[in-house]
Amino acid sequence: GPLWERPLLEVRLGELHTWISTCSFSAQGLLGAVQRAWSSFCAKYIHVKQGGPAGLSMLLAGYCLLSYGWNYQHFSKNSLGSLV
Amino acid sequence: VLHTTRPLHTTQQSLAPVPPLPEKGGEVRHGVIPEEFFQFLYPKTGVTGPYMLGTGLLLYLLSKEIYVVNHETAAAACILSVIVYAIKKFGPNVAAFADKLNEEKMASALAMKNEAIETLQKAIDEEKKEQWRVEGRTYLFDAKRNNIAMLLETNYRERLLMVYNEVKKRLDYQVAMQTLKRQKEQEHMIQWVEKNVVQSITPQQQKESIAKCILDLKALSKSAHAAV
Repeated sequence: GPLWERPLLEVRLGELHTWISTCSFSAQGLLGAVQRAWSSFCAKYIHVKQGGPAGLSMLLAGYCLLSYGWNYQHFSKNSLGSLV
Repeated sequence: VLHTTRPLHTTQQSLAPVPPLPEKGGEVRHGVIPEEFFQFLYPKTGVTGPYMLGTGLLLYLLSKEIYVVNHETAAAACILSVIVYAIKKFGPNVAAFADKLNEEKMASALAMKNEAIETLQKAIDEEKKEQWRVEGRTYLFDAKRNNIAMLLETNYRERLLMVYNEVKKRLDYQVAMQTLKRQKEQEHMIQWVEKNVVQSITPQQQKESIAKCILDLKALSKSAHAAV
């Protein structure tokens, strides 16, 4: 299909910047994008007959990475590289 | 604004029945990395590519101190090992339990559906039987009609009998009147005739008749004396 209707995973690397230019960055557009991403994740890993630990563990891993990224300042204070 | 020229319900899609859930979720390797990543790197780097990438990334993060090793690292390692052990040990049990719950739900829903189908089938059979019974209703009405006709007939005949009796009583009365009248007339006439006859017997006739009777009696007595 046309470029602006394809999901992100089906966009080639070379067309990435054109794709980004076509998607809407308004509040409604972003919210719609987040909703679509969440619903596709749920449909793939959670709403199945025989799910495993995969869905929940991926969410937890993502949460761990995000929280590590938000608290990086605090961590780097105690690192070896900050010894004066 | 409804575009009346637009045709409604052009596709076969409908909200019910809901399509069934997929059997298995997306494949995930080592619990956190989806299989698509490995497939994505397979054409270029083969099987070991993602692992090399992972090792290199890990060493880079550690060496550049983008990932800081502190007490929380040890805590995370312990927690992770416990979680992995628990999942490996109790995973299948939990899965079997969840499957059993699902089975029970499905069984109850199926039972409800079957029950509903059975009750509806019974209702259909009852309805058919009622329809068959309706056919017999004509006979019922015929019997009732016969009954009513008989009642009417008996009533009519009773009244006819009553009329006959009444008329006969009146006619008998008339007949009795006539006979009585004739009887009275007869009696009266006989009495009148007797009276007139008695009146018409003059004294002279009476003397003559008495003398004749005496002569007759004498004659008779003479004949009787003679007989004796």
